[in-house]
Amino acid sequence: MGFFLEATLGGLMTGMLYSLVALGFVLIYKASGVFNFAQGAMVLFAALAMARFSEWFPQVLGLNSKVLGNLLAMVGAMLLMVAVAWLIERLVLGKLVNQEGITLLMATLGITYFLDGFGQTLFGSEIYKIDIGLPKEPIFLLQGIFEGGVLVSKEDLYAAAIAASLVISLSLFFQYTSTGRALRAVADDHQAAQSIGIPLSRIWVIVWSVAGFVALVAGVIWGSKLGVQFSLSLVALKALPVVILGGLTSVPGAIIGGLIIGVGEKLSEVFLGPTLGGGIEIWFGYVLVLLVLLVRPQGLFGEKIIDRV
Amino acid sequence: MFYRENGQFKTTYRRDLQIFPIAQDRIGLLLLLALAFIAVPTMADEYTFRAILIPFLILSLAALGLNILVGYCGQVSLGTGAFMAVGAYAAYNFLVRIEGMPLLGAILMGGICATGVGVLFGIPSLRIKGLYLAVATLAAQFFVDWTFLRISWFTNNSSSGSVSVSNLHVFGLPVESPLQRYMLCLVFVAVFALLAKNLVRSAIGREWMAIRDMDVAAAVIGIRPMYAKLTAFAVSSFIVGVAGALWAFVYLGSWEPAAFSIDRSFQLLFMVIIGGLGSIMGSFFGAAFIVVLPIFLNQALPALGSLVGIVINTALVAHVELMIFGALIVWFLIVEPHGLAKLWSIGKQKLRLWPFPH
Amino acid sequence: MKLKTIASAAFFVAAAAGALITAPASAQDKVQFFPSLTGRTGPVAPNATPFANGYADYMKLVNARGGINGVKTLVEECETAYATDRGVECYERLKGKHGGATVFQPLSTGITFALTEKIPADKIPMITSGYGRSDSADGGIFKWNFPLIGHYWVAGDAVLQHIAKKEGGWDKLRGKKIAIVYHDSPFGKELLPIVEERSKMHGFTLQLLPVPAPGVEQKAVWLQVRQQRPDFVVMQTWGVMTPTAINEAIATGYPREKMFGTWWSGAEPDLRDIGAAAKGYSAVMMQHGAEPNSPVVKEILAKVHDKKQGTGPRDEVGQVLYMRGVVGAMLAVEGVRAAQERFGKGKVMAAEQARWGYENLNLTQAKLDALGFKDVMRPVSTSCVDHMGSAWARVHTWDGAKFTWASDWLQADDQIIRPMVRGSAEKYAGEKKLTRRPPSDCQS
Repeated sequence: MGFFLEATLGGLMTGMLYSLVALGFVLIYKASGVFNFAQGAMVLFAALAMARFSEWFPQVLGLNSKVLGNLLAMVGAMLLMVAVAWLIERLVLGKLVNQEGITLLMATLGITYFLDGFGQTLFGSEIYKIDIGLPKEPIFLLQGIFEGGVLVSKEDLYAAAIAASLVISLSLFFQYTSTGRALRAVADDHQAAQSIGIPLSRIWVIVWSVAGFVALVAGVIWGSKLGVQFSLSLVALKALPVVILGGLTSVPGAIIGGLIIGVGEKLSEVFLGPTLGGGIEIWFGYVLVLLVLLVRPQGLFGEKIIDRV
Repeated sequence: MFYRENGQFKTTYRRDLQIFPIAQDRIGLLLLLALAFIAVPTMADEYTFRAILIPFLILSLAALGLNILVGYCGQVSLGTGAFMAVGAYAAYNFLVRIEGMPLLGAILMGGICATGVGVLFGIPSLRIKGLYLAVATLAAQFFVDWTFLRISWFTNNSSSGSVSVSNLHVFGLPVESPLQRYMLCLVFVAVFALLAKNLVRSAIGREWMAIRDMDVAAAVIGIRPMYAKLTAFAVSSFIVGVAGALWAFVYLGSWEPAAFSIDRSFQLLFMVIIGGLGSIMGSFFGAAFIVVLPIFLNQALPALGSLVGIVINTALVAHVELMIFGALIVWFLIVEPHGLAKLWSIGKQKLRLWPFPH
Repeated sequence: MKLKTIASAAFFVAAAAGALITAPASAQDKVQFFPSLTGRTGPVAPNATPFANGYADYMKLVNARGGINGVKTLVEECETAYATDRGVECYERLKGKHGGATVFQPLSTGITFALTEKIPADKIPMITSGYGRSDSADGGIFKWNFPLIGHYWVAGDAVLQHIAKKEGGWDKLRGKKIAIVYHDSPFGKELLPIVEERSKMHGFTLQLLPVPAPGVEQKAVWLQVRQQRPDFVVMQTWGVMTPTAINEAIATGYPREKMFGTWWSGAEPDLRDIGAAAKGYSAVMMQHGAEPNSPVVKEILAKVHDKKQGTGPRDEVGQVLYMRGVVGAMLAVEGVRAAQERFGKGKVMAAEQARWGYENLNLTQAKLDALGFKDVMRPVSTSCVDHMGSAWARVHTWDGAKFTWASDWLQADDQIIRPMVRGSAEKYAGEKKLTRRPPSDCQS
């Protein structure tokens, strides 16, 4: 029983980390109707920027405080992501307005390759460290009740807390600020939003910047777990089922989808895995999503797909 | 001036319904076939065969299969790598386990097994559409990858999980040298391209295109969506499975499931989109673009660098290659979202008027 | 068409012309060509880059020392990004250049398997030190493969020997549990035959935990480790999987002192960023480890880096994977030197002649010391049926900042490994309808 709790808690927290990446997908899809396959590359690019800036800024500016160095690096990385967002909007999205979904999807795949190559050209292709002071040791709860206690990873707990606060602040941003309202208007109907004077291109830059910020947070957290290197962009493949399960247009869906996929993956690997020889978590999330989609084709919280003939 | 159809009158319905109604087109195709079957074998060197022509032919076959599913029937599938893997491993098992199995038989049986798996993973397409279907087909990709790693029966109980084939013969002729491999692939591609072209011009092809354009309306006028979608998955998976068997047997010789990973699926989808959705010709253009471009960039970039006097190290070349590749894809999509096939057909249209402006 | 489009088209045509014009080799001097298949980008870049740098640096050192009896070496790199089809394309591109490739070292098990099919027809040898097919040590079947200085089964046996020694003998392992965390691919699975063989012999149980590539998320695996509480964990991982595994071990509280990596799972890129928290993690090294104080490293620094000819950063020289590249280059060069003894000193060796050299490699301790590998390597001696040459290994441990040796020289048990190699090679020969090489073939 204790182990079941451990696996569930571990799964919940891993799920939060997946949702962090999935959030970027959902934000962009919600506001511009583009499925941004480049989200993984953006996570890598942001993490690389953060890691390298946190190395270079203290050297160049002669700083001693780690916290200040990290903070400046984060600001620098964020500015870089805004620049990337602006460039993407200018050079790619602006020219592909009104194209079919699959064309936009392929364009984002092209951006993925470009960002992968560009990030490694600018920042190098070795493994880099991000150290924001997340503790690595585990804590053991309920040691009286269960033998050995229930393991909770402190690092994951902090990461889940950061992810949760990010989600809450994003939800507040969408609900209560005028920019948030404008974003929701654009998500509803591009043309109607344009007709009442909302500048589409500026909104798209904002959305991609916010997604860039989410990518930065995800990159920092995953990067401090794995080290920042090319394989970081493969985390996006783990977050895809989360996006689809929750529904492409729903932010709470991304969170709940993440939790479900995280728990499902861990429990299946731990309890079902040994009988099947192990290694099943790579497809379990996807198969789970497939089965859910058969029942609800728009995901758990997505908008119902209405075909007009 | 040269591309006019003046004077070419059709006197039978059969002539009217030809694939290439214009005589110049037919001559062009014959020249292309002559080039491929006769000229290239005499002129090309081993590297061109091994590294450019053979991968181009096999991947264009796979892109053809994927184009039928994505371009003609409108079902986005990211599980193509998995179907290639099924074709490859099934063909391997038929070849290795049945004494005296002919190579062609093994490859075709591999295709049939891929058909079965394709139809199975195509069933969700009856409920799920668009982007959701794309991610659902990824389930096929990862599940099949895992199956071939875990279930050792499929790999003939090899300790490492890697399998290999050799001593291939077709009707007694060996398939060893690059030229022989090239000819085998060329024959497969020519036959399947003809089959595919006729298939998409027929009633089933029209059903597929109706489903792609507006599946609700198609159902309303009496086209059965289940039949159309599942046959699209079936035909597409068959072709993709045959291509997978060829890739494994003829190009790689020895492979592991990672040869058919998600990167392969993305690569094929790129080929189909850049080449042109819904076009047989487009599959070939897209495959040529995606196969030749990285090799070309890999050799041209250091050459360019040395022209300007900079020595570029291999890592930087690889990164710049990625950047140029990504940028070119985006540029192509901006300039011509319908792909290279559309550029080709625009070119042909202009050629019909040439030298007149309109 | 717009001017911009015409201009960009013209640019590409010019680039193509440039590529074609400069393509022919400029090999006027006779050179011994060593192609280098690199993994400088892609999923294993941090680990494969030092190898390529070490390889290139040692080849430059050989030239600085005067070449191989006067014949200079030439290295050309081709980037594979650890992908099998790119590796095959690089092979096809490089095999005929500069007078013909001497030997290939693909640094990837996937590419090794693919090239094993091609090299007999092309007659080019392949050195796969510590990776590739373990059964290719049987030179009677695999004429062109050379897993010099060891393969996966040697590493696996050595790590188990070390664990047994720590426990006080093989019999003390009876009833214990060893978890194997491995990369779910042919690379990872190659470890299993030897550990399964040893577990049958000595009565310990195995817990097999495959990790699907790329292995960026391993919580489930390590929760299972925590649940089963194995006495030891042996890791056969590569690339990002290794630091992720160690981080997850830290997060689940598994003691690092009980974790042992194999040859590809214990190098600086994996452990440097984790630092002190990974203290106690060990890995088995076949022959060399991190050797910053060795004579050859000092020579490279003096003759190559001090002259601004270094391929990579200076502080990488002497690290584990860098040394692996150096050792790989040394073996490649010494094989050619051995071939020159028979076929003509001072001449460029063809690939077939070099193959004879690799099959008749006799690196005594004196020769190795003279080359600068004192205390780094033990003698390597190959023969017609044994393409491996040595089965020496040691275990090093991470102390938080660097590696220190934790064991004496161990030797993998040939009595166990030879029959396994032979059996697997015979199975391969049966599938491919090959026959064992006759003794007369050994003289070519």
